[in-house]
Amino acid sequence: MYVAVKGGEKAIDNAHRLLAEDRRGNPDVPELTIDQIREQLKLSIDRVMTEGSLYDRDLAALAIKQARGDLIEAIFLIRAYRTTLPRFGYSQPVETSDMVLDRRISATFKDLPGGQVLGPTFDYTHRLLDFMLAAEGKEIDAPETVETDTDETPRVLEILARNGLMEPPDGIETDGRSEAEKADVGDLTRDPLSFPTNRDLRLQNLARGDEGFLLAMGYSTQRGYGRNHPFAGEIRFGTVSVEFVPEELGFPIEIGEIEMTECDMVNAFAGSAEAAPQFTRGYGLTFGHCERKAMSMALVDRALRSKELGEPADAPAQDEEFVLSHSDNIQATGFVEHLKLPHYVDFQSELAMVRRMRAEFFGEDDDASTAEAAE
Amino acid sequence: MRDETITGETVPVPESGYNFAYLDEGAKRMIRRAILKAVAVPGYQVPFASREMPMPYGWGTGGIQVTASILKPEDTLKVIDQGSDDTTNAVSIRRFFAKTAGVATTEKTEEANIIQTRHRIPEKPLSEDQIIVLQVPIPEPLRWLEPREVETRRMHALSDYGVMHVKLYEDISRHGRITTNYDYPVMVNGRHIMAPSPTPKFDNPKMGNMPALQLFGAGREKRIYAIPPHTEVKSLDFEDHPFSIQAWDEPCALCGAEEVFMDEVILDDQGGSMFVCSDSDFCQRRRDAGHKGPAVEGDDT
Repeated sequence: MYVAVKGGEKAIDNAHRLLAEDRRGNPDVPELTIDQIREQLKLSIDRVMTEGSLYDRDLAALAIKQARGDLIEAIFLIRAYRTTLPRFGYSQPVETSDMVLDRRISATFKDLPGGQVLGPTFDYTHRLLDFMLAAEGKEIDAPETVETDTDETPRVLEILARNGLMEPPDGIETDGRSEAEKADVGDLTRDPLSFPTNRDLRLQNLARGDEGFLLAMGYSTQRGYGRNHPFAGEIRFGTVSVEFVPEELGFPIEIGEIEMTECDMVNAFAGSAEAAPQFTRGYGLTFGHCERKAMSMALVDRALRSKELGEPADAPAQDEEFVLSHSDNIQATGFVEHLKLPHYVDFQSELAMVRRMRAEFFGEDDDASTAEAAE
Repeated sequence: MRDETITGETVPVPESGYNFAYLDEGAKRMIRRAILKAVAVPGYQVPFASREMPMPYGWGTGGIQVTASILKPEDTLKVIDQGSDDTTNAVSIRRFFAKTAGVATTEKTEEANIIQTRHRIPEKPLSEDQIIVLQVPIPEPLRWLEPREVETRRMHALSDYGVMHVKLYEDISRHGRITTNYDYPVMVNGRHIMAPSPTPKFDNPKMGNMPALQLFGAGREKRIYAIPPHTEVKSLDFEDHPFSIQAWDEPCALCGAEEVFMDEVILDDQGGSMFVCSDSDFCQRRRDAGHKGPAVEGDDT
């Protein structure tokens, strides 16, 4: 006899217990600590903070532990926590020119004031598995450190701008908005995105966007789908201070320091009827050390400026509705995975119709299990 | 710069440390404003600043935000998915509100004053004292015909709906019928074409002139829309191809109900199956009242 499908509550409870057990793994192996994750899985932390839009290393570490290393799940946990936090206000714009640099490279000039600082990078490692790492307690050679002087490390794009070769930071003036309108920076976590957008909202969307999605979109521009001739003008990674103006004080105070990665992409621009030939910018900025993301973001930012610059815009990466509507991995994973939810009634509706159409196809009368009645 | 002032009147829930019904009062007020606008323009999709919720997008975050923003401590909530109170996602959402709002929950349709649902409208007619909140994945009825939001908003603004009628006509010319069986487009108040959410078209007639307020929330797509009580809702059709709904030849195997939406339950691998009410509360209550379907006839238990 048919037993009604009951027991959802029990099933959920037990699924949660199984999840907890799986997360812990073999109890004979010591449990991961938040400190270990924070200190030794730094790049995971940085990605979770960037796409989770919340700068908190300990919470990111907790999320990674709870998510069993699934970074999108960890980002989801951080986003769901972040949304409950009261919003005190907005910080002053971060001044990345004053960044205390751990890394600063330019692919456009062999040498430049401030020099090239490689810093901690995988770039010139040979990707050979280091079996010594499998054994714990490996000694590390202490690296040399040098102090960089931010005053003597001008931004590469500023050097170009001085010669008029580079567009101003907020673009060649073609979008017709006043200075006041440009200063009113939008926030897509507080207002729904509507199209067409402006660059402030596009950059916010990309900053929260999925690294893999932006990587593929950026890559596609390099392969001819919206080619824009990029050069890595400057990539910098280091520490910047965050300032906030409390209403009762009326002047900015420093509330902390955060690590950031910034990418200034230099792109060719042939000029138009109004604008002289000059280089244009694509911009990427992330929390922590997310270089691949910052570079991809800069490529996509530049691609999405095609219309503004009067270029043809027919490639996927140049289509802002396409890019901005699909960049958020929390939205994407939710909707893709919702296919796991029951769809009995919709499927039943389709099933009934296909049966009826098959019956008609085979010339049978209406002996399918369902029929359609007039309303 | 936009910001929200954090005003008082928040009701703390001792257990969780979150605000009553999870969302902060500023967010709830913003959502209620969107709801009011939606009620004022039936069937129009109002953009709102959808919050990130602790459940995944596509799993009911729009409905949850609507419910959270209208919920009062004295409310009684019912949550169903596919017509059933006991499907896992319905259980999960009901628990969420029991935990974060401490409200009473029920499985009985008439006891609830707020019903959150995915894909179904209860068989028992709703009353003026009730609000039904539908979870919506894709709020735009024109989306499959035009992927661009800029374009579909323009089409709604101009009532430029020819493409929808052409689509339905092409269905008829190819298949002899309209092949949309759920999320069947409706015209609301004679002005806006609206997606009824993926409810089977069987439920479309219930939406017209319903005494209860119908609210639709799409979290990922950041849209809220509404059908106020006693509003005309017409399923699109043609004079010579009138709208029709699904009907089953057999009554419910458990309670004997007819003219309800049925789930097909596979009994074996020999093609055996039976049909039972999709609305689990409706079916249970009929059985409690002594109604029997073919599968239990003569069975005294």
